Amino acid sequence: MCTLEKRGDLFLLTLTGEDEHRFHPDTIASVLSLLEQAKSQSTKGSVLITTGHGKFFSNGFDLAWAQSAGHGAIERMHQMVKSFKPVLAALLDLPMPTIAALNGHAAASGLMFALSHDYVFMRKDRGVLYMSEVDIGLPVPDYFSALVVAKVGSGIARRELLLSGKKLKGEEAVALGIVDSAAHDSAEGVVEATVSLGESLAAKKWNGEVYASIRKSLYPELCRMVNLTANNLATHNL
Amino acid sequence: MCTLEKRGDLFLLTLTGDGEHRFHPDTIATILSLLEQAKSQSTRGSILITTANGKFFSNGFDLAWAQTAGSITGAANRLHQMVESLKPVVAALLDLPMPTIAALNGHAAAAGLMLALSHDYVFMRKDRGVLYMSEVDIGLSMPDYFSALVRAKIGTSAARRELLLSGKKIRGEEAVGLGIVDSAAYDSEEGVVQASVRLGEKLAAKKWSGEVYASIRKSLYPELCGILGLEARVFATPKL
Repeated sequence: MCTLEKRGDLFLLTLTGEDEHRFHPDTIASVLSLLEQAKSQSTKGSVLITTGHGKFFSNGFDLAWAQSAGHGAIERMHQMVKSFKPVLAALLDLPMPTIAALNGHAAASGLMFALSHDYVFMRKDRGVLYMSEVDIGLPVPDYFSALVVAKVGSGIARRELLLSGKKLKGEEAVALGIVDSAAHDSAEGVVEATVSLGESLAAKKWNGEVYASIRKSLYPELCRMVNLTANNLATHNL
Repeated sequence: MCTLEKRGDLFLLTLTGDGEHRFHPDTIATILSLLEQAKSQSTRGSILITTANGKFFSNGFDLAWAQTAGSITGAANRLHQMVESLKPVVAALLDLPMPTIAALNGHAAAAGLMLALSHDYVFMRKDRGVLYMSEVDIGLSMPDYFSALVRAKIGTSAARRELLLSGKKIRGEEAVGLGIVDSAAYDSEEGVVQASVRLGEKLAAKKWSGEVYASIRKSLYPELCGILGLEARVFATPKL
């Protein structure tokens, strides 16, 4: 389902298997637990890289699991929406730079998971970003919209992301300011690029607490919505 | 003054006549009523396109009507009245259960530009027509919901400053560069309207639930919605 490895300064979180890596309550719990593990083992210079195997980074919540409850479907949707919030919070709070290396498609909550990272790299040749909610007829959770508003600057880009039903390919995603880079023609290429970036950030030997506090200060509205407070206590390198 | 027509899935709201289409309390009331009509007749796949005839989309509030109040206080009251009465129009557009497109036939200034910006998509002409926030030149302060709308829709500080604090008359190409409008590729009024109709038909074909669309739209602008007294409601039956 998902694994956490350490490679020098880099924590590598991988959504394993060739499936859609849909977020089922169990997956969500695993991801949260691995993020907590990375946090507890973090030191100066730690960096997180999150990636997946196969065609999908993640295709969002496990809607099939919701549907299998019949009348309980909406209840299960709410459960997943609610349980996913702490994952976003954990990423925003993580005391190290975070990089999402998109091996493939990222949709709905899968895309929100990616966007919760400081840097997002995707493939040029394959993989799309897709907020499917408007097509399916699902309202967007308030903290999803807050994340989009926090991370994506232009009104037009936000509309293209949430209100167009478009499947955005790499080049367009870069132009809209949603991802940092879509320069690589393979999943390996994306991962290598993120490892390079990760190593150059790790070399800064930043204090992770300070990094996280500065990051959270950029997104006060989002932090409020996911129940995070920015703490401003730090010992400076003055 | 203004008309609402239905063409298939498309609602076409037109500010008629060749004048400046200034917003007088009567105009504002008419627009509001037509928006309510479109809302009540909306179905899956509905789209609103708003346009105007002549050289102007709209040149803003009817300041001449304000001045005929005869005193400074009277004029200020009338202006205040117009500012307050436009708020529900902006709210109605944000709340409209269908995608909205402003097809700018010509100049859009002040409250007229705010009306345009309240739409999901804005198309303007390449050859004619400017966007102009005149307030800084006239010496009028900005209503809070105008600034909130600009902050909600326009991403960069530089673009917001160019729009509100420069007194510039921004032409199509620059408006696209600043991220204020989606497109300024047309050299005629017909061209802009046709492009809006094409986009409208494409969006209509998605057969989206208007309630869900409006709810997602409003969730993008929580501060603006707060100022306008709008809440995002999230009742929907998804196609799971």
